[in-house]
Amino acid sequence: MLEKALVGDRRYWGWICFLLAVMGVGLIFYLRQFSFGLGITGMSRDVSWGLYISQFTFLVGIAASGVMVVLPYYLHDYKAFGKITILGEFLAIPAVIMCMLFIFIDMGQPTRVLNVLLHPSPSSVMFFDMVVLAGYLVLNILVGWTTLHAEKKGIAPASWVKPLIILSIAWAPSIHTVTAFLYAGLPGRHFWLSAIMAARFLASAFASGPALLILLALIVRKFSKFDPGKEAIQALGRIVTYFMLTNVFFLGLEFFTAFYSKIPGHMMSFEYLYMGLEGHGKLVPLMWASSILSVLAIGLLVFPQIRKNETLLAIASVTVFVALWIDKGFGLVVGGFVPNPFERITEYWPTIPEASIALGVWAFGFLLLTILYKIAVTVKEESGGEAIH
Amino acid sequence: MGINRRQFLKIAGFSSLIGLGGTSASLLRKSILEASQEEQDPRALLGKRWALVIDMSKFKTEDDYRRVIDVCHRIHNVPDIGNPKSEVKWIWKEEYENVFPSQDFDNQYVEESLKNKPFLVLCNHCDNPPCVRVCPTKATFKRKSDGIVMMDMHRCIGCRFCMAACPFGARSFNFQDPRPFLKEMNPEFPTRTKGVVEKCTLCYERLAIGLIPACVEASNGAMAFGDLKDPNSEVRKLLRDNYTIRRKPELGTLPSVFYIIGGKNNA
Amino acid sequence: MYNGGKIIAGLVIFVGLVFLPFFLSMGKAVAKPDPKIDTPYIQHLAEKKCVESKQTMKTIHMQMLYDWRDAVVRDGDRIYVANDGKKYTMSLQNTCMKCHSNKKQFCDQCHNYLSVKPYCWDCHIAPKEGV
Repeated sequence: MLEKALVGDRRYWGWICFLLAVMGVGLIFYLRQFSFGLGITGMSRDVSWGLYISQFTFLVGIAASGVMVVLPYYLHDYKAFGKITILGEFLAIPAVIMCMLFIFIDMGQPTRVLNVLLHPSPSSVMFFDMVVLAGYLVLNILVGWTTLHAEKKGIAPASWVKPLIILSIAWAPSIHTVTAFLYAGLPGRHFWLSAIMAARFLASAFASGPALLILLALIVRKFSKFDPGKEAIQALGRIVTYFMLTNVFFLGLEFFTAFYSKIPGHMMSFEYLYMGLEGHGKLVPLMWASSILSVLAIGLLVFPQIRKNETLLAIASVTVFVALWIDKGFGLVVGGFVPNPFERITEYWPTIPEASIALGVWAFGFLLLTILYKIAVTVKEESGGEAIH
Repeated sequence: MGINRRQFLKIAGFSSLIGLGGTSASLLRKSILEASQEEQDPRALLGKRWALVIDMSKFKTEDDYRRVIDVCHRIHNVPDIGNPKSEVKWIWKEEYENVFPSQDFDNQYVEESLKNKPFLVLCNHCDNPPCVRVCPTKATFKRKSDGIVMMDMHRCIGCRFCMAACPFGARSFNFQDPRPFLKEMNPEFPTRTKGVVEKCTLCYERLAIGLIPACVEASNGAMAFGDLKDPNSEVRKLLRDNYTIRRKPELGTLPSVFYIIGGKNNA
Repeated sequence: MYNGGKIIAGLVIFVGLVFLPFFLSMGKAVAKPDPKIDTPYIQHLAEKKCVESKQTMKTIHMQMLYDWRDAVVRDGDRIYVANDGKKYTMSLQNTCMKCHSNKKQFCDQCHNYLSVKPYCWDCHIAPKEGV
């Protein structure tokens, strides 16, 4: 089926070339980082994780969100999602690959990456993260490819696919819980030391992932003859609404614990992010933008009349995605390191090389997404659309 | 022979998987040393859990601090990056209010002799170290023989999870090649390279040949070193006779560096 | 065959690329590696012996260094008991390179010939040449 990605019109190839160009720029900067070291980034002794790890954190959520279309269809026979389970799975695959790539480029000694497998350390959450991400990738490739291929042939997929699908439904929240555990178990970082870290992660994943899926479904409808269906898109809209409300609620819970207990260790990171601390406030405008956008998004989503309008739903989805990207894909990681263990503040901002490398990885992810979606959409155009149970 | 493309690809893929699996088995290297071929140096200092007791009242002049910091950084080839963002430090000074922030959040009623006093800080070689727990390769590990939280520079992949986990900010990362920042190198100890994390390793190379840590030696008695599990060691005596505090004890990491407060020399 | 022109052209390019190293070094003679063990330190040794025999060291010196590393860093043992019972401190910088202080005329001889680039020297300080 790969050959379907090699056929396309001028717009398709233009888009591919654009992505390749962004990837090329990222690669050149990465070669510089590989030879010089991570000093070309904005990371420091105090803020030792930055843009790369925060992108990984955000993208694990996107990858896990595939379960939001798979679960209703396979466990509850929600027929409307029949056409788009493949879109969910084929979004998860590039998302997981991007996650692994972001971890790889963040490592100081990437050539030693196999040490994680050669010297397994079950007490380390990062070891588990590598294992579960790899497993999830394999699951999604197997399930996505075989169900699509079966659909192409017009038959039901082999019987061994169903148990793997059920496994992937359980696996998806697990990968994001493990990622949350990276943060939630560190004794010295009070911003992250919260029991609801995993819950917050899942809530924001299940809001931002389906929001992206809505946008992708609308794009697919616009540029191809395959229509994911108004009902599926509306269902996704409802999912985004409920999880966005949950997400904002959870953030409120964190604020309460911090500012009612008035324990300085709990408050200080929030103060830094939303008000500035001791004259340092680089992230304040960003965090307020995220909050305002979140409220705006909820305002658009909560009213069915607005949600039913697909243009407004698209605007709301973009708003959700951007708001949650700022919160999870930037503020969360940086905030945990400010102030440092000595209660001093070192601020962080990505450098141009760092941002270019990150964009290069995103471009690579979008390239994979484009290829996979091209294949899926072409098959669906030819076969009539429905995955067979 | 009728084999179609699909079958050919399946066989090729399967064979390469087997081939890769076979070669990867060879990666699991077995040691060629017999157990009897490695021994401890007979001069080695033996202890079950090494600890430091620091009497900060004995650090009075700038030189008192400099001596201790410089000897460590010199013999261990610690680079002088000169930039607080990416600096590498194994032992350094921080003011009292920053070392023990939970003691005085409003910083108003601190005893005069302690107000803004520089304290020496280093890796605490915790008994329950979170950095060891999180390391995905066991590049940082707690040595069973003596409790030192060690670094294996050969294995570190530079993921910096340990730096996030350490509640004491004791670890530094090599954001670039440290060698240009080394004015003179101690030829008896390696440097590090870019992309690995480093920290105080309690002078394990000196302990192995019967010498106490360099910082303790240079402190002229202000720092004491010994085995916490030995009731007759100097550190145990000091802990019995003096009120000591450790950094962030509420986190339960069980640090092994104790600071004497209200020592007999406190002016 | 279909697309015969493209296939033949592709094959020629492929063969050319694969055999490029051979074409480039045709006619050039590279000297056989000649590791020298005549450093001043070795010359002053009473018994001119390495830790193990020459053949053993040739075969296993890298594995031995790995084992030495694990023993020193992870187990806390610094003394190596050689097959002949002699004891040595396990240290690349302070034992091996004490005798073999001529890295360019010793280690690099074979390593360069075989294009082996051990990254030990990124951290372990190579002895100054000419000492």
